Amino acid sequence: MNAQPAGSAYFFASSSEEPVTHTLSVIVDNEPGVLARVVGLFSGRGYNIESLTVTETEHQKHLSRITIVTTGKPMILDQIKNQLGRMVPVHRVTDLTDTGRPLERELALVKVVGRGDNRVEALRLAEIYEAKVIDATTEHFVFQVTGTSYKVGEFLDIMQHLGMVEVARTGVAAMQRGQEVL
Amino acid sequence: MVIQALIDQGVEHIFGYPGGAVLPIYDELFQQEKVEHILVRHEQGAGHAAEGYARSTGKPGVALVTSGPAATNMVTPLTDALMDSIPLVCITGQVPTSLIGSDAFQECDTVGITRPCTKYNWLVRDVNDLARILHEAFVVATTGRPGPVVVDIPKDVQFATGTYHPPKKRTNGDIASSYMGYRPQLKGDPAAIREAVDLIAGAKKPVFYTGGGVVNSGRAASQLLRDLVELTGYPITSTLMGLGAYPASGKNWLGMLGMHGTFEANNAMHDCDVMICVGARFDDRITGRLDAFAPNSKKIHIDIDPSSINKNVHVDIPIVGDIGHVLEDMVRLWRSESKQVDKKALASWWKEIEGWRARHCLDYRANNDVIMPQYAIQRLYQATKGKDTYISTEVGQHQMWAAQFYGFEEPNRWMTSGGLGTMGYGLPAAVGIQVAHRDSLVIDIAGDASVLMTIQEFSTAVQHDLPIKIFILNNKYMGMVRQWQQLLHGNRLSHSYVESQPDFVKLAEAYGGVGLRAKTPAELDDKIDEMIATRQPVIFDCQVVNVENCFPMIPSGEAHNNMLLGESVSDEEVANAIGEEGKMLV
Repeated sequence: MNAQPAGSAYFFASSSEEPVTHTLSVIVDNEPGVLARVVGLFSGRGYNIESLTVTETEHQKHLSRITIVTTGKPMILDQIKNQLGRMVPVHRVTDLTDTGRPLERELALVKVVGRGDNRVEALRLAEIYEAKVIDATTEHFVFQVTGTSYKVGEFLDIMQHLGMVEVARTGVAAMQRGQEVL
Repeated sequence: MVIQALIDQGVEHIFGYPGGAVLPIYDELFQQEKVEHILVRHEQGAGHAAEGYARSTGKPGVALVTSGPAATNMVTPLTDALMDSIPLVCITGQVPTSLIGSDAFQECDTVGITRPCTKYNWLVRDVNDLARILHEAFVVATTGRPGPVVVDIPKDVQFATGTYHPPKKRTNGDIASSYMGYRPQLKGDPAAIREAVDLIAGAKKPVFYTGGGVVNSGRAASQLLRDLVELTGYPITSTLMGLGAYPASGKNWLGMLGMHGTFEANNAMHDCDVMICVGARFDDRITGRLDAFAPNSKKIHIDIDPSSINKNVHVDIPIVGDIGHVLEDMVRLWRSESKQVDKKALASWWKEIEGWRARHCLDYRANNDVIMPQYAIQRLYQATKGKDTYISTEVGQHQMWAAQFYGFEEPNRWMTSGGLGTMGYGLPAAVGIQVAHRDSLVIDIAGDASVLMTIQEFSTAVQHDLPIKIFILNNKYMGMVRQWQQLLHGNRLSHSYVESQPDFVKLAEAYGGVGLRAKTPAELDDKIDEMIATRQPVIFDCQVVNVENCFPMIPSGEAHNNMLLGESVSDEEVANAIGEEGKMLV
């Protein structure tokens, strides 16, 4: 039937499927250890995390929102959602990619050190990418750039050549389009 | 407050071992009479005893141990209970909150260590949360897919006084968890149930494949399963964990399936056109080679845990819900619509199955001089049949022989470590079972290697006057390891022979119990009768042939219809049974 090593469960079941990237929104009780539990699930079962952000979003109700970008074959993605969904402190798991193209934004802080032409070029490109200068001396800039992960990635690729020495990224925050509420 | 919560939760017995960080609770325990404490010899024993207690009663098992090494010793039973869905509430002591994180004496990060091996766990930092968390622990452990939970209580919280709340009354169908997101689904989707019933009625080569979920769902679920099998007349097989839900003497019974399942059960699985999976999880020991697993079948899967569905095998009709609830709906629908099966197709399907059955896959070479292990189980079964008997096992060949040759008629009578495969489970589990059923016959069918892993719990049995019977199939090898070495590694028996065994009879006597030994088939029956008649804990050293293999067997990497049968197989076939690729898979 196929050339996979015999008997290996996941290989066979997913062999005809290509990996896809999905963004999940997970609403959890803000209890100690919840993040460790979620991260432990991913590492323990060998799932991928491309990006993960977590913050308390509804203080009154003690709720946190975890946004996870993960890659896997469709059968594995279903597993991930089911495994998250059955955790005791998890209220809801929503696959934002399933419900439509989600709004996804990321923020990065980028430190660029240099003088002369590179410095001018960095500033010019920052304007194109609508990156703000939030700290500067005659020797450096710190840019704040926001946008999709793709756009942030592009900006970093360019700054790589113009004296980028340090990067901090927030990871993806995401929400579904339209007036519906999770 | 801890003891009051246990009493209010209906707990009558707990298994434990005292230590520094849990002394305040032990002090309370000392001053009351409602909860009986069973003192074990090692914390792992407390965990397995609580598992045996839980599995044989359907109630949660409770363990109480101290911090640090006690908590780490609990990791094995917690993982075992998680894999086999056993409701377990484990209370651990912790160093005072002010010392947490300081590497204090007997400190460990209990909630961190047990997070992946529990359904949920809590560190109680405030005494005012204690009652709520303890009650919540029982809710989480026993509802949905059952599992182990840990409540870690620092010593200062144990000393503190706070307000106690009794548990919330549970109304029917209400989970009553304070976690808003925790609402396990009990009722199955009616549309899916209807679709499933139609598919079942139209089947030509159907098979029921049932598992431990039926047992966990309660006695009513087993009865409903029997009703449905009776209504349809379809064949039924079960996993290791599900034995007893349908009686082994039932006319539709095919025997266990899987790696050491029967020829007829596995071939029926392979050739079926409709598979009805009830509370089982398509484990790799069951499915064998996945790309050849029941290739021409439509599959229905009933499970309370959504994450079990489509995990290893794609199913056509998934039904998330409690087995009892879903089967009730199915049986009702079947009856109300007077569903009829295809009698002609079913007759020819049974004929095919009878053909496989005629291979007598469990046959073994009889021997008049030495005891064959299969024979020993058969004689044990004959001697205990009809008695009020509970069986536990360790892990290995003896476990498979017990599953193959002991006939289970009722659920909750068979306690074994299926998922984790924990050697050393059976003896402490027998202790737990006997605590719950003081007057019943409780037998641990053991292997000589496994039993030594938790042999110290025999002392627990003696102390608490628990007349458990440890029936050791003694072949002086780690038999299953040896069998795999023969199959996979050129019969190089690397460290699977136990060169210095204790004298099990003297060992039993040293602990204050009774030791018995049988060396020949001729004396076996009398010795078994003597064991049963003894009202004390017994270790029975049943010396069996040394190098018997456990057959039939699906070699790893192979499909259900490619089984090795015991009688017909030559040594050479055994040696070449597993291909290079299969050797990678345990």
